[in-house]
Amino acid sequence: MNCFEIKDLNLHYGTFQALHHINMDIAAGEITAFIGPSGCGKSTLLKTLNRMNDLVEGCKITGSVTLYGEDIYAASDVNLLRKRVGMVFQRSNPFPMSIYDNIAFGPRTHGVKSRLELDRIVEESLRAAAIWDEVKDRLKKSALSLSGGQQQRMCIARALAVSPEVLLMDEPTSALDPISTEKIEELLLTVREKYSIIIVTHNMQQAARVSDKTAFFLTGEVVEHDSTETIFAMPHDQRTEDYITGRFG
Amino acid sequence: MSKQNIIKLREKLMSAVFLVAALASILAVGLICFFLLVNGLPAMGEIGVFKFLLGREWSPTDIPPVFGILPMIVGSLYVTAGAIIIGVPIGVLTAVFLARVCPKRLYKLLKPGVDLMAGIPSVVYGFFAMAVIVPLTGSSMLTASILLGVMILPTIIGLAESALRAVPEQYYEGALALGAGHYRSVFFIVLPAAKSGILTAAVLGIGRAIGETMAVVMVAGNQARMPVSLLKGVRTMTANIVIEMGYAGELHRQALIATGVVLLLFILIINLSLSALKNRSKQ
Amino acid sequence: MGETVKTKKKAFERVMQSATWAAAVITIGVLVLIVGFVLVRGVPHLKPSLFALRYTSDNVSLMPALISTVIMTAAALIIAVPLGVFAAIYLAEYARRGNRVVAVIRMTTETLSGIPSIVYGLFGGLFFVVALGWGYSVLAGAFTLSIMILPLVMRSSEEALNAVPDMYREGAFGLGAGKLRTVFRIVLPAAMRGILAGVILAVGRIVGETAALIYTAGTVAQVPSNPLQSARTLSVHMYSLSSEGLHTDEGYATAVVLLVLVVVINAVSARIAKRLGGGDK
Repeated sequence: MNCFEIKDLNLHYGTFQALHHINMDIAAGEITAFIGPSGCGKSTLLKTLNRMNDLVEGCKITGSVTLYGEDIYAASDVNLLRKRVGMVFQRSNPFPMSIYDNIAFGPRTHGVKSRLELDRIVEESLRAAAIWDEVKDRLKKSALSLSGGQQQRMCIARALAVSPEVLLMDEPTSALDPISTEKIEELLLTVREKYSIIIVTHNMQQAARVSDKTAFFLTGEVVEHDSTETIFAMPHDQRTEDYITGRFG
Repeated sequence: MSKQNIIKLREKLMSAVFLVAALASILAVGLICFFLLVNGLPAMGEIGVFKFLLGREWSPTDIPPVFGILPMIVGSLYVTAGAIIIGVPIGVLTAVFLARVCPKRLYKLLKPGVDLMAGIPSVVYGFFAMAVIVPLTGSSMLTASILLGVMILPTIIGLAESALRAVPEQYYEGALALGAGHYRSVFFIVLPAAKSGILTAAVLGIGRAIGETMAVVMVAGNQARMPVSLLKGVRTMTANIVIEMGYAGELHRQALIATGVVLLLFILIINLSLSALKNRSKQ
Repeated sequence: MGETVKTKKKAFERVMQSATWAAAVITIGVLVLIVGFVLVRGVPHLKPSLFALRYTSDNVSLMPALISTVIMTAAALIIAVPLGVFAAIYLAEYARRGNRVVAVIRMTTETLSGIPSIVYGLFGGLFFVVALGWGYSVLAGAFTLSIMILPLVMRSSEEALNAVPDMYREGAFGLGAGKLRTVFRIVLPAAMRGILAGVILAVGRIVGETAALIYTAGTVAQVPSNPLQSARTLSVHMYSLSSEGLHTDEGYATAVVLLVLVVVINAVSARIAKRLGGGDK
């Protein structure tokens, strides 16, 4: 089954066309990696999936994106969409409040009021993001006091706390050290059972290590989208091969 | 679904509330202009615009009364010019000192001092000047100029300092590298590069000086006649309003409001030149 | 010849050095003089009787004026802060770039910040006191002051909101929070310190204000018992004492209290602003 089905998607920023005729089905229950050189449109496509591009002035989109058959650009409630499609950003962005309040922000937004329920969600999310043991004694402390890697895992926990169906990750480890990166990759492998994950990454080893499917982007187009094994072992397109083997980019 | 509708309604409602709040400043300016003009213009008409603006005599209690505010206009301009002559050089040099000369430790002491100067109420300045400057130079134009020069110092220092700090360090280093001394680099390279900011500071200083009321009233002597000498008393437009408003009769009161209109006009001109300055420095 | 150029250069350096130091000494000298003078003349007259609850012609107590100052400040803030902060939210979070209305709002706000307090006083007298029939009253004074400080509150709030990193907003939107919730729960708390620093500066302006109050709030020297009664703030009290000319000593004592207030206000504002720069907690 597919979570997202993208049909003939074009995206313009003002007069600049950032995405050209994207057609792509993204499988549910798997990890899909978007790879490609800077400016190839992979992050832009990611942001169309939860309509974060709505915030950019002058951004125009044609074509259709459906989430389990529902057109997300026709849907009236963008907030509900973003609850179903969570996002983790390139730079960890904890809110300037306590760790507990950070995690509880999403559930509270969507109407969870009971303290017990919130406590349960906070613990579960932090456990799922493999950071519970590190922070359980200081939930009331400012999230800004965490280290960079911890902050990013907390942001993942925060995204999980609203029980999304899909998790979008925009280069989640590009600002982190190797050890923190490893922790997050391990974490991805443990949560893949429950969520469909789409991860944008610059790091090809990362794509090879964690993803089931990989899509290679170049100048706003999808060059190749296949199982990760195929893309890395025997890509069909010469450009993919050149990129994978480091001959350009 | 209905809960979502409520949320949507609330979003719409609050964005309207924010817009209305933002429009309040437009409303305020509109109301201020409207009330001053409606209450001030008829008097100008009755007295005669030229007689009012260019009349050299102000005798509101004579029979018939005479309302000419030229003495006050000239008084305001003189006192403001005096304040600028005193305040701008000292202010700019102090700003240079703070931004480019002063050791860090001293700065930590001086900066709050300048901020304190900005916070001292006008009446305290007035009280001080009454006791310390007036015995030396009398209740006079000179006293008022000195006092206003001091009062606009924090405005000028603050703005000039940030203008100086905004000049890229490479300018200064470039001058040093050519063998210029520290002060030569600062005064011939950094200061000119900050000139639009410093000009803005001076114009704001003019605005503050021309609008200052209480402190001026306390030391200027307030004689409603054409200014005769630096050491003789003078009355500004602001002083005219505040002194006589309390007991003014109908036409007299309107003439005072009309004085306010003229003052507002000066302020608007100053504001316009300020935004022109800002636009120019943007380009 | 090289030598004369050198000495000329040196002379320039020395002259400008003296000039900048002299300017700084004058500036600080004036400040020290004012503060010292007020303290020397005022502190000896800070008698307990000056803090009596009632003002009489024998004992020109400053206590009622102090209480009125607090009331006036609170009232003006209650009006101006929500208005100013909401306006800033519109400008920083809602308005689109290149919006015509925004340009007009900015222009009028700048105009407001340039208008002298005596003009505010005139307007308040015409509008609140006469047209609305409130008479000389705390209410008329507070409304006049609130318009006067509105541009200050708006500007500092807008700057504080603009200083909140966009990634906070993205984070909240990404979790499905609506705009309103994002603004009130995430952006506004993050901007709170900057807003507060601006509000405290506004308090400083209110405390120091005289010209805008004489013909709006009047000069009655007792504690007002309702918002439609006249009252004088400390600054107005001081002006009245000086124009009566009978109680100069008490005037200086009042100046001391005012100075202390200003110092405290500045210190609090600077402290808040400083923590602002130093990150969270």
